[in-house]
This record gives sequence, C-alpha cells and structure tokens, in this order.
Amino acid sequence: MADLTHLISEAQVDFANSATMNDLEVAKAKYLGKTGLLTDALKGLGKLSNEERPAAGAAINVVKQGVEAALTARREAILNAEQAKQLAQESIDVTLPARTQSQGGLHPVTLTLRRFEELFHSIGFEVATGPEIETDFYNFTALNIPEDHPARAMHDTFYIDEANVLRTHTSPVQIRYMENALKTNKTPPLKIIAPGRVYRVDSDATHSPMFHQVEGLWVDEDISFANLKGVVQDFLQKFFERDDLTVRFRPSFFPFTEPSAEMDMSWNGGWLEIGGCGMVHPEVFKHVNLDSEKYRGFAFGLGVERLTMLRYGVNDLRHFFNNDLRFLSQFK
Amino acid sequence: MQFSENWLRSLVNTDLDSQALSHALTMAGLEVEEMQPVAAPFSKVVVAKILSAEKHPDADRLQICKVDVGLAEPLQIVCGAANARVGLIAPCAMVGAELPGISIKQAKVRGVESFGMMCSSKELGISAEATGLLELDENAIVGQSIREHLDLDDNLLTLKLTPNRSDCLSITGIARDVAAITGAETRFEAIEAVTAMLKSAKTVIVSEKTVCPRYCGRLISGVNAKASTPDWIIKRIERSGLRSISALVDVTNYVLLELGQPMHAFDAAKLNGDITVRFANVNESLSLLNDQTIQLKSDDLVIADANGAVALAGIMGGKLTSVDDATTEIFLESAFFTPSVIAGKARRLGLSTDSSYRFERGVDFGNTKNALEYATKLILEICGGQAGEVTEVVGSLPVRQPVKLRMARLISVLGIPFEAGKVAQLLTQLGFDFTEVNSIFTVVPPSYRFDINIEEDLIEEIARLHGYDHIPAIAPVANLLMLSAPEARLHQNKLRDSLVAVGYQEVVNYSFVDESWERDLLGNAAPIKLQNPIASNLSVMRTSLWGGLLDTLAYNLNRKQDRAFLFEIGAVYFKQANSFVETTRVSGLAYGSTKPEQWAADSADIDFFEVKAHVDRLVGAKATYEKAEHSALHPGQTAQILLDGKVIGWLGKLHPKWQQQYSLTKATYLFELDLEAISNHQIPTYQEVSKLLPIRRDLAVVLDENIAVGEVLNAITKAEIPLIIDVALFDLYQGQGVAENKKSLALSVLMHDTQKTLTDSDADTTITILLQLLQNQFAATLRN
Repeated sequence: MADLTHLISEAQVDFANSATMNDLEVAKAKYLGKTGLLTDALKGLGKLSNEERPAAGAAINVVKQGVEAALTARREAILNAEQAKQLAQESIDVTLPARTQSQGGLHPVTLTLRRFEELFHSIGFEVATGPEIETDFYNFTALNIPEDHPARAMHDTFYIDEANVLRTHTSPVQIRYMENALKTNKTPPLKIIAPGRVYRVDSDATHSPMFHQVEGLWVDEDISFANLKGVVQDFLQKFFERDDLTVRFRPSFFPFTEPSAEMDMSWNGGWLEIGGCGMVHPEVFKHVNLDSEKYRGFAFGLGVERLTMLRYGVNDLRHFFNNDLRFLSQFK
Repeated sequence: MQFSENWLRSLVNTDLDSQALSHALTMAGLEVEEMQPVAAPFSKVVVAKILSAEKHPDADRLQICKVDVGLAEPLQIVCGAANARVGLIAPCAMVGAELPGISIKQAKVRGVESFGMMCSSKELGISAEATGLLELDENAIVGQSIREHLDLDDNLLTLKLTPNRSDCLSITGIARDVAAITGAETRFEAIEAVTAMLKSAKTVIVSEKTVCPRYCGRLISGVNAKASTPDWIIKRIERSGLRSISALVDVTNYVLLELGQPMHAFDAAKLNGDITVRFANVNESLSLLNDQTIQLKSDDLVIADANGAVALAGIMGGKLTSVDDATTEIFLESAFFTPSVIAGKARRLGLSTDSSYRFERGVDFGNTKNALEYATKLILEICGGQAGEVTEVVGSLPVRQPVKLRMARLISVLGIPFEAGKVAQLLTQLGFDFTEVNSIFTVVPPSYRFDINIEEDLIEEIARLHGYDHIPAIAPVANLLMLSAPEARLHQNKLRDSLVAVGYQEVVNYSFVDESWERDLLGNAAPIKLQNPIASNLSVMRTSLWGGLLDTLAYNLNRKQDRAFLFEIGAVYFKQANSFVETTRVSGLAYGSTKPEQWAADSADIDFFEVKAHVDRLVGAKATYEKAEHSALHPGQTAQILLDGKVIGWLGKLHPKWQQQYSLTKATYLFELDLEAISNHQIPTYQEVSKLLPIRRDLAVVLDENIAVGEVLNAITKAEIPLIIDVALFDLYQGQGVAENKKSLALSVLMHDTQKTLTDSDADTTITILLQLLQNQFAATLRN
C-alpha cells in the first residue's frame, strides 16, 4: 500500500489556503469527505489480506489524525481571525463623552441643614418643626417677651394681623415642642434641633427678609452653661472639620434665656458673630409647666446662611435666593 | 448710645487703654459697636493769635500776618482766609506739622516767606466743610497744643445696648459698670442741693401716682435764655450725637446724658395754674415740640396745666409751653414714669425720643431729685436767675425685692466651680447690697437696676463679671439612648435625592409672593396678606410653589440658560376660619430638552409622560392620575394625582397663556405634591417567589377613544383576576384598521401560579375572564 503520509502536509497547505470556513469545508472534503482521499484509502483496506490490513489501517489512521489536527488548528485560526475582525470593527472611541442625563443638585442651604441634622443626630437630637405663620403668643409672649417690651423692637416683625406674625426666629418651636412633650408624657431629657425659615423686615446686601435658622434645645436635670459652650464648639468644629475652631461667648440679652450670650466663632484670626444662646429662662419653663428647680436647659439659635457662606466661601447672601443656576449648580 | 471716651474717663479711673477698655465693655455685655477717634492724628498745631495783618503786595486775597504762637518771637505767616484779622485766635500749624494730607514746610508765598499755616477745622480733619479759619475762644491759651485745647485726643464710642441694661443709658451708668467690671474707682461728684432764693412754687397734683411715683419740679426765674452754652457742654453733647440748641435745652440734655434722667423745661410764663399729671381726657390733643399735633388716647399720660395737656409725659414736651429766647422763668421737671406707662406709646406715635427710650427701659427713681439739683446748678451758673423750692410728689415707688442667690444653683447653672468669696467680691464691685448665710446670698438690687428680679439675673451678673471667656467648653455627660427610626417614614431628604437623581436642581424661593400670581395663576382671590410687606411684589403668602419656580425659570432663561429642571420643598399657607394652615409641598418644573445637548442623544423636548415618570418616583405605585382642570395648566394636559381616594397633587403643562406671559418659548411642565401624603411607604412584606415560570399572553383590544387608559388599567388591577401578576400596555394605536373614534390597546398579560405549572387552557381561561371584564366595563372588543 502506498505511503499516504505526504497527505498531511498537502492538507496543511490546502487548509492554510482556505481563507473562510466555507473554503475550509471544501478543502476538508478533499481528504475526509465521502469520496475524500483518506476515505477512499480506508475503503481500499478491504482489498488487503488479513495480515496486511492492521498495519495499513494503522498507518492510514495516523495520517487521518494528522489531517484532522491540521483541520482543527486551521478552524480555530479562522475563527480567531474572524472574531478579531469583528472586534476590530466594533471598536469605539472610548474618549467620546458619555450619553448624559443632566445632573441635579441640592441648594447649599439644604447641604448645611443636612450637616446640622447629621451631626446633632449623632448625639441624640431629634428634629422638631413648627409653623412659620406663628401666633404673637408663641413668637413673643411665651418666650417672655410681653407686648410693648423693648425687645420686640429688636425683631423687625412681619405682621399678618394683630395676633399673627411671620416667625422672627425658630425659638417658638422650643415652646411648642416642650408643651407637646409634656402632653404626651415625655419627660426630659429633651434634645431637639428646629431648623427652618424665619422672617425679618430687612433687606439689603447683608440681610434677607427670609432666612434660615437652626434652634437647638437640650433640657435635662444637669445641663450647664459650660455644656452649652461645649456642644456649640463641638458642632462648629465638626461642621467645619477644623479642630482649631473655638467659640467665644459674649454677654447679651434675650428675654427667653438667662444667662444669655452672643456666640462668636474664631475665624481667620478674628471673631465672627454666628448666633445667640443661653440657659432657658425660668419664665419659659413656667409657660410649659416644667419645674425649673429640677430641670435646666440650654437653647441656641444659629444662622444657616452665615455658616453656609463660611463653609463654601460664598461672599454674597443674595445668591441664596436669586436661584441663579450658575450659582446653584456649583453645589453638587 | 454714643459718647466721648474722655467724658467716661472723667467719671471712672481706669488704667485700661482705649482698645482694652472697649474690649472689656464688649466682653461684659456692653457691646462697643464702633470706636472712632474725634480727630485724625496730627501734630505741631497750636493756639495762635494774629498780632498784625497786612495786605500782601502782590496778591489781593493774601495777608501777611504776624502770629503769636507762644514762642519768643511771633511767626510771619501768609494767610488767604477771609476771616484772618488782628486779634483773632485760631489754630496754627507750625513748620514740621503733619496734617491729614498736608505736611507744613517753610515756604515763599508770592515772594514772601511764610513759617506755617493758619488752619480751618476742615484742614484739621475735624469737620467735613469749613469757611475760613477756625475761630477759637478768646480765653484760649496761646501756644497750647490745639489737640489739648479742643480735647481732640478722644474717641467716640458707640454702644449697642441690650434692652435690659437701661442703667447704662448714661455716662454715669457706664462708668459704674466699668468700675464693676474692672474694679476701678468711680469719680462721681456729690450733688448738692441749690439753696432756694425764690419763694414762689408751682403746685403739682399727681393724679396717677402708680405710673408717676415721683415728680419733682421747681421754678427758676430771672434766667437769661440767650446765654451761650459753655464749650465743654457743647463738646460733650455733640460728641454724644446731639446738637446744641440753647443753654436751657443743652443743660437738660447734658443731665440726661450724664445721669440718664430725662428732664423738661417749661416756659413758666406760658403755664397756666397748677401742674397736673394725669391721663389724657377724651378728645384732648397736643401740639408737640416737633410740630406734630397728636390726638391723645385715654392711656396717654400727660402733664397738664389749667388749659390742658402741655407735655406727653416722658416722651416729648408741648410746643405752646416750650422755652425760647424770650423765656425768663422756667418750670424744670424731673420725674420718674414707670416703664409700663411709656412702653409702646412712642412706637405707636412713631416718636422715639431720648426720653421715651430711657423711660420705657427704666430710669433710676433714686436720682430724680439729684438730677433736678444738678440741672438747676448748671442753669444758674450759665443763665443766672434764682431757683425756687423743689416741689416733690411721691407715690409708691418700685420696691426692690431681695433676690436669693444659692451658691449650689450658681455652680450647677454655670457648670464650673465657684467660691462664695468671689461672689461677694463681684457683688461688692457691682455696688449691690447683700448678706450671706450658709452659701446663700440675699441681694437687694439698686434703684437703677431694673433687670435683677430673680436668681438667674444674679447668676448672669456673676458670670458676666467673672467673664464668659473664663467658662470652659465642656461636653455634656448623658445617658445613651437610641432615637426611634420609623422605617415606614420617608425622610424628605430621600425625596430630594430622588429628584436630584433625575436632573432636578433644588431652589429656595421666598414664601411671600406677588399677589397677581396668586390671583391669576392660582385663582386665589383672598391670599393671606402681610401688613407690612418689604415690597409690593412680595406682599402675600403663597399657596403654591409654582409662582416662585416660574419666576426662577424666567430669571435663568434671561441669563442664557435654555433648559431648567427645578424643584423646591417648602410650605404653602392657607387661612381656614380663624386660623392658618401650613402644609409642606414638593413642587417641580421642567423646561427644555429632556437631556442636555450632546452628540449621542436627540435633543427632544421634555413631555408630559417623562415628567409623569419623575412624579411616579415620588408618589409610588399606589397613586392614580385623573384628568382634571387647574387655572395654571393646559386644560387638556392636566392630571390630578390621587392616593387612597384623596387628591395629593397636580401634574400638567403650563397653560399657553401663562407660557406667553412669561415669554417662554417652550412648553413648561409643573407638578406639586403634598409632602406629608407621600412621606409614608409600606414596609416590605415577603411574597413567595415561585419556582415555576410565568406565562405571557399578548392581546389587543379596541375601545372608545374617550376611555382613559388609566381607568382600564386600574379596573384590571382592582379586579384581582386569579393568576394575573402584571398587565402592561405596550402599544397604543389609532388609524388604519381601527374604526374611527376608537383606539387599540395592546396589553401584555403575565400569569403564574406558585403551586403548579400553568397549562394553555389555564391561560385561556384567565384571558377570557379578563376580556369579559373589559367588555363589560368598557365595551372593549378583541382586535382581529
């Protein structure tokens, strides 16, 4: 029987010349098809004697395996090439800008209020709210500011009618919260912050007729003026993420706290006024039926826009309410 | 309150320099708002006398003067001032002097040597304008430094006093507090009674002794009302921000400033009969010193004579009985009116006077007569005349009740250790009378302090003098208890984040808006009005956030923005019967292209259904939409949003007429939701997950075009047909193949059973039930 080993190299050449899968199938048929050279050779085995047949069969099989191996190798090569071609076709410029939705954002005052809530929440303060159209009673009288008290002149009040005003501070929320707490049998410790809008008849470069305040209140059996300073200073340090901030208290007067203080914060070598505070006045406790012998409390009110300006370096209060998107979109 | 630092220093002996004194005042609660030097720094200016003045040979307006500046030889100075004349005493800046903006050198003026400059007040920087040389008092000492002569090394201090510290509304009061703060000594001179030389006296009848517990008055006759006020008084009152008017008025103002006691001088010749202190009568009116005539009310306290009211007690004197140049006899009043009778009156009348300001805060009732004696002495010195006896009527003066101060309480309120000895020392510095037994102080406040009534008042005084700066910041010690965290409650921050995620920018608008927005845009004819709005376009309280959002949109479109997605969370305000109701809303506006202009996406403008998707993010799956009408919105593109049958908000396209009014070129979509209604959500409860696969069937039904698809879908959901887990609309078609006035809905129906695999016949049965339902409720037919 003729030696067929040469078919392996011939097949390799034919396969290599096949550029596509179809060509390869045609080339394959030449060797392994129904009438292919190797198929024919195998068919020819029948003509051989019993002695010759095993050796000849084995020899053909070796050649067949060689051809099949060549076929498989070529098949993989063609597949790889086709895939590579497709991948090359699918290639994109990954540096093109993304298909975007526009990105919204929060108002900077909201960012500050969130930090207030987060920081005070971490030491157990709840958030309380109250109405912005407030009765004269809650805005003034219950806070120990009777009618005709000169302290009323300190508040440039928007009046709705004789008995109702736009709240000039968030302090009335103290009263409402304490009243409610006692109605629902909740006893001190009471720890709240009351963020919200407040209103004063004042409008210029440094005053807005509407602005935001956060009121804080902590009523407990053993809470002191030194603690008030401690909490405010802690807050400011965490808010501004600066350990070197200190708070300075200056004696002041608010009818609903005593002792009362103006709070200054150290800033760039000077002092900035950031709000008022003090120990809850016994008259206020009397209004809400809390025993001022047993309980003491501190309260503070901080200006939100002021802190926001310092935090983000905003230099004009009016930006906050003009709502220019070129300003607002900076706070993402 | 503004005053001269030197005046203060004349009454208290402190060695603090100006800065330190100012700081000490501020840190003790008397905030120094401003400290300004009386004159800019300058040197080598002295009092000089012009000995001779000759015309300059080469200049008409110049004179060559020989000037005595206190040196051995007079100086030759060329001067152009019109009032330069022989004998005039005026300031002279000598060679080497540094004036604000000018250095004085020896010079030749038109060929004549000049050794200095004669000065106007402007050149010295002590006034903004001046005509000619500053003419000095003829008794001025030639050669003396002008700074010394005019007392220019002084500062004007402005205190921002809190309403409780009426005791510091005088130089004496501030001096007293400086002494308390620093431990310095005061230099108060004892006031001695003037001997009465005059027999006559006015009868004073105080009908309202509760509100006028002390009234002192006396006649002074033979006064020269035209006498000029001494410079030292003028200087002090001017440095306190008052103008010099006449000697009599200046003296009363001076005493007011120094002692804090308001006074009034009546022209005695214009008074008729006895003086009465009473409430105003019905229909009584009074012409005041400021030419204002007021109609008095029954709670206005007046000083009256036989003819009627002559002064509004504690606030302002009357015009008809005021002193003038012709006055020769005065009735001088010094009284104590209680704060309650003055408080609010000045504000009601729009008159805040130095007098009312003090009385409504509290005037020292222990010093009424002293002040009268002091003023009398000054008047006699300046205007001459003879004083009569003091008529004094005393009612029940306020009684200073003893106030207890417990050391234990002081320590626990301040949160720092404190010694009783230190408290005693501070109370002594304050000049308070006190006793101490077992660490409990009993303090009787002085008559000038109206703010010491309870223990906390004393604690504040002690803390203030101790120094708030010396109280450390101490973190509180407290029990650790967690706060509740209701899971079903959505924090509004989540709603905010949800809108931000789809491109909305948060804004904050004023709560007060233009009345026309309320009226026209929202159909609200009776919004809540402010009595004193800051501007006419900010005069009513909003009932919707849309006005502000539209305004913000217009503002930004004017600044070249072409798209805006805005939202606000804020209150709206309604009047209900006799009370006000506030609810918080979340409101949004969408304008312009869905996406920012970019290479990879079409720039289609936003439409109703995209905004509806944004609203869906907020309201959740349970909300439904119903066609409705709203004055602000397009009548064909308005939906009311309902949750559990309650209207919770609106969604729609801005009505074209408003779009035009706001000059908006593109459609604008608006939504507004009640925050509370969307702030609760369901805590998830587990539903079994089927191991078996669902079956999907699609069907198309034809129904009347006027039937709202939402109703159809709601009806299917409500029917709770077994096996159906979801029905979705995947196509909506009108046109060829569908009859006129009809529409075709293509629905995908997803079915499953957790227990068994569904067969085709199970699915067929379910679809038949569904079709039956659609046929019965909406006359729908299966589309062929």
